[in-house]
Amino acid sequence: MPILQHYLTITAILFCLGLYNVITRKSAVGLLIGVELILNAAALNFVVFAHFNGNDLAGSLFAIFIIILAAAEAAVALAIVVAIFQQYRDIDTTQTTLLKG
Amino acid sequence: MIGLVLFGAFAFFVVVGAAVVSFSRNIVHSGFALMGSFFGVAAFYLMLSSDFVAVTQVLIYVGGILVLVLFAVMLTNKIEDVTVSNQSINKIIGAVLCGTLLIYLLNLSGSAGWVVQDGEKFDSMVVPIGNALLTGYLLPFEVISIALLAALLGAVVLVRREVR
Repeated sequence: MPILQHYLTITAILFCLGLYNVITRKSAVGLLIGVELILNAAALNFVVFAHFNGNDLAGSLFAIFIIILAAAEAAVALAIVVAIFQQYRDIDTTQTTLLKG
Repeated sequence: MIGLVLFGAFAFFVVVGAAVVSFSRNIVHSGFALMGSFFGVAAFYLMLSSDFVAVTQVLIYVGGILVLVLFAVMLTNKIEDVTVSNQSINKIIGAVLCGTLLIYLLNLSGSAGWVVQDGEKFDSMVVPIGNALLTGYLLPFEVISIALLAALLGAVVLVRREVR
């Protein structure tokens, strides 16, 4: 069976790819996709550590709460992206420099 | 042995999916590659004996968030354009930063003396999670329900058109 370090390697790769996505993207939706990757890596890490700590229940509960908050975050953030698009006809994060609607 | 083979297959899905998400120039490809990554993570949850979280992952991430992301892509881009923009900036800085962080994390996970106990059990988590959510974790459960309701209402308010 895979050991703890195998899972930690995968979550580290997932986290760093998500972070790379967040740093380099210009499109706001692309940024959000990167955030989803980071959240996935964090939730998976909680479950990994809980599993190798005698199948602790708290890890699963934390993962569920993270997934619910990710859903709320995605709904609000994508609504903001759509609102910005209606304002600017563009979602390039380097162009949307005005906060006042 | 079979566990390692399955782990390798799922790890392939997760890492290749995330790599396509991060390096693709077409944002629609990024969105669909995200699905492979999410399914791989759900399979990992199953291997880690968290069946309820695996089902939640498929329902909410693949069924909800991914559909939301694809809707946002299609509402905010001219899809009939061939070059749907998903351009990258600061590639070298990002690669150096993330590569350094990755090396540090891998080094950390290899060198830290983790105390592992009993990672072989496989029990269904559904009944304990249901009990925990209505006893010890009742307050976080209710708070997160209200947070989710407020977030969804806020999303509706943000994108609606003004009624004059």
